[in-house]
Amino acid sequence: MSDMIQITIDGREIEAQPSQTILEAAQNKGVYIPRLCYMKGLIPHGSCRICTVMVNGRPQSACTTPVAPGQVVENNTDKLMALRKNIIEMLFVEGNHYCMYCEKSGNCELQALAYRFGIAAPKYPYLFPQRDVDASHRDVLIDRNRCILCGRCVRSSRDVDGKHVFEFVGRGPEKRVAINAEAKLSDTNLEVRDAAVEACPVGAILKKRVGYAVPVGQRMYDHEPIGSDVEAGAAK
Amino acid sequence: MSENLGAAVREICQACGNNRVRMMDIVRAVQAKFGCVCGEAMDLIAKEVKAHRVEVQSVVSFYSFLSDRPKGKIVIRLCNDVIDQMHGADRVEQAFCEELGIRVGETTADGRITLEHAPCIGMCDQAPAALVNDVVVTQLSADGARELSRELKQHMTPQKLVRTYGDGNNAHELIRAMVHNNLRGPGPIIFGPINRAEALSKALSMSPAEVIRAVKTSRLRGRGGAGFPTGMKWEFTRGAKGERRCVICNADEGEPGTFKDRVILTERPDRVLAGMTIAGYAIGADEGILYLRGEYAYLRPFLEDVLQKRRQDGLLGNNILGKGFDFDIRIQMGAGAYICGEETALISSCEGLRGDPKNRPPFPAQKGYLERPTVVNNVETLCAVTKILEHGPGAFAEHGTSGSSGTKLLSVSGDCSRPGVYEVEFGMSLRDVLRLVGADDAAAVQVGGPSGQMVGPADYDRKIEYDDLATGGSVMVFGPQRNVVEVVDKFLEFFVEESCGYCTPCRVGNVLLKERIEHILAGKGEPTDLEYLQELGETVKTMSRCGLGQTSANPVLTTLKNFRGAYEQLIPGPSNGFQPTFDLAAAVGDAEAVIGRKSEHAHA
Repeated sequence: MSDMIQITIDGREIEAQPSQTILEAAQNKGVYIPRLCYMKGLIPHGSCRICTVMVNGRPQSACTTPVAPGQVVENNTDKLMALRKNIIEMLFVEGNHYCMYCEKSGNCELQALAYRFGIAAPKYPYLFPQRDVDASHRDVLIDRNRCILCGRCVRSSRDVDGKHVFEFVGRGPEKRVAINAEAKLSDTNLEVRDAAVEACPVGAILKKRVGYAVPVGQRMYDHEPIGSDVEAGAAK
Repeated sequence: MSENLGAAVREICQACGNNRVRMMDIVRAVQAKFGCVCGEAMDLIAKEVKAHRVEVQSVVSFYSFLSDRPKGKIVIRLCNDVIDQMHGADRVEQAFCEELGIRVGETTADGRITLEHAPCIGMCDQAPAALVNDVVVTQLSADGARELSRELKQHMTPQKLVRTYGDGNNAHELIRAMVHNNLRGPGPIIFGPINRAEALSKALSMSPAEVIRAVKTSRLRGRGGAGFPTGMKWEFTRGAKGERRCVICNADEGEPGTFKDRVILTERPDRVLAGMTIAGYAIGADEGILYLRGEYAYLRPFLEDVLQKRRQDGLLGNNILGKGFDFDIRIQMGAGAYICGEETALISSCEGLRGDPKNRPPFPAQKGYLERPTVVNNVETLCAVTKILEHGPGAFAEHGTSGSSGTKLLSVSGDCSRPGVYEVEFGMSLRDVLRLVGADDAAAVQVGGPSGQMVGPADYDRKIEYDDLATGGSVMVFGPQRNVVEVVDKFLEFFVEESCGYCTPCRVGNVLLKERIEHILAGKGEPTDLEYLQELGETVKTMSRCGLGQTSANPVLTTLKNFRGAYEQLIPGPSNGFQPTFDLAAAVGDAEAVIGRKSEHAHA
């Protein structure tokens, strides 16, 4: 493996393959870089900005930045953790997130990140946007109140399912995920087994008739914070 | 109608080779013909260019000149940036509304005229201004707006509103605009006399490497604001792997208060196009794209003509000047999106996509337009290139300072007696600039547009150069009667409107910044709000993905630093131990409406 390259993350020397991003190289060595829009197997999006790290002193998204020889990466610093926390809080106030009755509670990456970062209540004012719900499809519903515009459904549908059911429309605060039909999700060729349905990190795209199937206490993030699985890899 | 639409859309798509890269041209043409790109049109376009309907919708919904719902045959876009407002845009707006019987954002009942706001349309030196379809009307008054509306209702022909033409080429038969150049201080480099072929002919007699070396020797840096060394950018692009390369001229000047490129494109288009051709030769490109902002559509026929003449004279096209170099240029029209001035967003737009910036790396020099190594240069930068080739890099570098060679065009507007375009030597102090433009009592100056910095008298000895007061050219002057926090609020309105919404900090953070500034302006601020704004502003600046978000908090951050007193004045001291932050009456308003009586406590 002579083509491996060396970078440092928070002072720790890490060996990486030249084709890896900083996030992947870190993950491989048990270093968790918090993220939301990143999903293994999809083209990195770099939109949530939670995985922002300092690369040779400059902020860069770890999910999109390739490793380079001698790179000095800062990840787990007080300053970055505070900035990331602000971003997570922004996502909460931007939408309408009511965890207490959301089907995704306990399995939601946004909620899990908030717990990991110790967010009890956001310091920013809630924006309470008017968003719509589309429950026209037989097996799947979209609740845009919970959408965080990570684009995982967009990329999964386009690149994994080969369907392009979802796409971003509008810009700025008006940006939203639209569907490839005049009006209703039921008019698209989305199927419940599509990767796009599984890709949603929050409760914006949900399968019908399976809500609350997993009891509290057995949900994904009920016992260990998000990222623990990555960090457990370091112990091996 | 439907059959008609189908045939027309097919024809438009075919004229663009059913090529989805030309999506901007397709949807612009459909919009122009039918007043909107409706759902049915999206389906038709998608079928023709083999895309998904939602991809077409994605593009249409991004640009403010495009719409999925019908607009009037005539759309009046009234510029409402801060400078226009200082010159009475509100009164003009009221006059339009009264005369047309509609509010902003509405269309007259007969479906003929729509009234909208536009962020800066590049006419701050002759504000208030508006676009009537593609026709620019300037120096509007309330009476003028009334008369204009009445006339328009009669003849429905925007061009008839133009009675007298502006100076120079504004009177050219292919422009015929009432726009004035307001070229107050033409300098030696950009606005010197031009021989159309000299620079290009000299370049073609050198090797591409020698051309790049000349540009490097001149120490020319990008004039759009970021200041990257031009020669280095070209060298990277030439050295990048790729079969085809591309040169893009960024003529999307959208930074409020900037209008210098408008004057260059009107008076020195040959310099720009020669600069693009030289860049093409230097990096080994065969294609050039001039990305012209939608607001400057009135210049397009003129520019197409200049291109055609250059082709006829062997300065463009195949075998240029008989030296075996092939290069041609097409004009790509924008459609109302400030973000497209960001080079990777501009490339997205040229590719027929929404104007989302791209992730970097890869940089455009490695993978730009259609994944080809691409150079994106500002209009002014390319002009400077021709001068460097004509008179040599040494003569060029004699102007300006060691870190900032050459001259800089400034677009000056606001509270000054001589607004307009000035070509000044780099290194000139802001104080001298203010004296030149007749702004002796300036209380605050926004250098570099909203994304730049707001400075006060203590900074007037600072210099216009990359390492001090860097600017893409916008200089907005504010007199002592202006409230800088109100100006900040206007700038934030602009960024909220123009953010592409791709990344969280810019999409949400700017909304939150504006919320708190409004709060303070309403007299409900608390001393802790200043700390809150500082931290929020730094989050947006550090965490955003592209230059827009990385600079959109600058109005807040630079005024907190340089004009803290303006904020403190707006924050009332505690009375009776209470801060006025929480508006109890407003909070219980909905409940009161339901129960039908007023709360005693809220209105005590």
